[in-house]
Amino acid sequence: MPEITLVEAINLALARALEEDERVLVFGEDVGHNGGVFRATSGLQERFGERRVRDTPLNEAMIAGMAIGMAAQGLRPVAEIQFSGFIYPALDQLINHAARLRNRTRSRLSCPLVLRAPAGGGIRAPEHHSESNEVLLAHIPGLRVVMPSSPRQAYGLLLAAIRDPDPVVFFEPTRLYRLLRETVDDDAAALPLDTCFVLREGRDLTLVAWGASVHESLLAAEQLEAQAISAEVIDVATLSPLDMSTILASVAKTGRCCIVHEAPRSGGWGAEIAARLADEGLFSLLAPVARVTGYDTVMPLFRLEGTYLPDAARIIAAARRLLEYA
Amino acid sequence: MSVVAHFDVHRVQYLDAGSHLVADAPALARDRAHLSALYRAMVRTRIFDAKAVALQRTGRLGTYAACLGQEAIGVCIADRMQTNDVLLPSYRETAAYLGRGVRMEELLLYWGGDERGMDFADDREDFPICVPIATQLTQATGVAAAFAYRSEARVAVAVCGDGATSQGDFYAALNLAGAWTLPFICVVNNNQWAISVARKAQSAAQTLAQKAIAAGIHGVQVDGNDPIALCSVLDVALDRARRGGGATLIEALSYRLCDHTTADDAARYRPLEEVEAARQSEPVVRLRRYLHAQGWWNADDEEALKNACSTEVDGAVERYLATPAPEPTAMFDHLYASLPAPLQAPRAALAARGSDA
Ligand SMILES: Cc1ncc(C[n+]2csc(CCOP(=O)(O)OP(=O)(O)O)c2C)c(N)n1
Ligand SMILES: [Mg+2]
Repeated sequence: MPEITLVEAINLALARALEEDERVLVFGEDVGHNGGVFRATSGLQERFGERRVRDTPLNEAMIAGMAIGMAAQGLRPVAEIQFSGFIYPALDQLINHAARLRNRTRSRLSCPLVLRAPAGGGIRAPEHHSESNEVLLAHIPGLRVVMPSSPRQAYGLLLAAIRDPDPVVFFEPTRLYRLLRETVDDDAAALPLDTCFVLREGRDLTLVAWGASVHESLLAAEQLEAQAISAEVIDVATLSPLDMSTILASVAKTGRCCIVHEAPRSGGWGAEIAARLADEGLFSLLAPVARVTGYDTVMPLFRLEGTYLPDAARIIAAARRLLEYA
Repeated sequence: MSVVAHFDVHRVQYLDAGSHLVADAPALARDRAHLSALYRAMVRTRIFDAKAVALQRTGRLGTYAACLGQEAIGVCIADRMQTNDVLLPSYRETAAYLGRGVRMEELLLYWGGDERGMDFADDREDFPICVPIATQLTQATGVAAAFAYRSEARVAVAVCGDGATSQGDFYAALNLAGAWTLPFICVVNNNQWAISVARKAQSAAQTLAQKAIAAGIHGVQVDGNDPIALCSVLDVALDRARRGGGATLIEALSYRLCDHTTADDAARYRPLEEVEAARQSEPVVRLRRYLHAQGWWNADDEEALKNACSTEVDGAVERYLATPAPEPTAMFDHLYASLPAPLQAPRAALAARGSDA
């Protein structure tokens, strides 16, 4: 079995979904013949035809609104927003409609759509192309927000998102698109949503992350190991609804927690996790909950993005501080 | 049943693709100094543009959106605007920016990942590059409304692409400009492609200019590779807006001879023959041939111009590359007019990390 990248795993999952379910449609800006600006939909239009894989005019509000209409009609739209920084015109549709169509109609109508959006920094991209705005949507009841951290996670979680009966916003970390390869079995097996994944077991502290920050956390854990510090690494995967039980169980064991994300610190999703730890895990904690995050600034252009983004060195420094609490 | 409204959409062209003047060309066609100046500005843009692409290819610039083949649009916009008008471009209007006095090293800084590039030293009121498609258009109506509010005879000129005309902000801007009779001009650089999406896939409308009709504003299509036609429609629109006569949508027909950006590979989605055919009507060759034919331009002039532009561009590149890296704390320093007290500690923590942390 060949090793593939995360973006190839996305492509594989989309092909699998199109193959197994006639109701699945893929659309968005440049997803057709061009195969998406990151090639996530490469070859899909050739294989499944323009009826099912189609370029839209340039309008994100329309893309989201159309997906809602299709979904309410029983189709399974998988729409792409070209970058998460361009999702804002779609927020009205997502927040006022996708998230609540089921609730407003007491489940008479529902909204099984997936909105995929590349997200995060670290690829020297132009302005507005490196945003981490997952918390805007994680805050919205009725939506699921998912972010994979590896090719296998991407394949399994995307299939789960497409099969899920409710709307899912699926953020794809652009920095991981081509960074790592692993074997992915194209076995149509979904991974569970609404659950965190323990990617590495440890005793001394718990690193909680999603997207590209999982990669940095795993690197940090490896280096901490060499310093005789044993870090557990949790990939949150489904940000909302948030599976606290996995995080609480881990912190009950380690007593220390460091949350890592690229988004600005204040009001980031790490704040929610920290609050829940204070609520439900206070007496497990041997140290304050740490956060390694982006700064409370606008995401800088790329000359400063390396400074802005959390990396293994910052995670290690935070971990060592946590260990100072006996 | 009766016809309650009837509309025509006009296309303006004076210098055709073969560099022949069509009848009733305006006085500009006989203005050697002015046309030579436009030509110089187009060549200057093209040489800068090619250098920026080369810098990206050699890892010294980030992703760059070239404007190859569309230089006439921005050059004429900058040429016809008054200094105190305000420009709100997309990311592809290098020609207009250079014409408005933005320095080459500033544009390089921006595309090189440094916010300081948008702090124009000489061009203080024009808006920065706008990446979120069409959002500059509603902002331009606000600029225009400010002019109207203060009774100033100034015009807000926004530029967007053909793809941008599918966005809500595009329609909203036109609609407001009509309802409020704003001194606003929207120039659509119709380069036939929105990344890989062809103009026809974007809209079933026969022309983009006709989108003005529903908004009740003036709309015109112009050959966007013909500087004489561009200047003439811009003059009409600017003059009308300045006199309180309202807004104009100008659809400038051109062609993106380059990739969408340096991150794109247009060969994936459009036939080479189409690009070659479009090259036959590109603006620089078109105007040069005309100037030649008039006896206003010769090989020596061309040589001298290219040398002068290359020297200027090389100087700008040197200044760009010699610009010291931004301080990490700069992230905090322009968020608000002054640093709010709650942000002093995080800023200090960042400063303590040092620039390479
Ligand atoms: C709101 C928004 N959606 C998507 C993008 C990504 N994107 C950048 S340029 C582009 C195509 C724009 O085409 P057009 O308006 O014709 O302008 P051109 O690039 O051809 O000058 C797209 C989809 C964006 N920048 N902003
Ligand atoms: Mg275009």
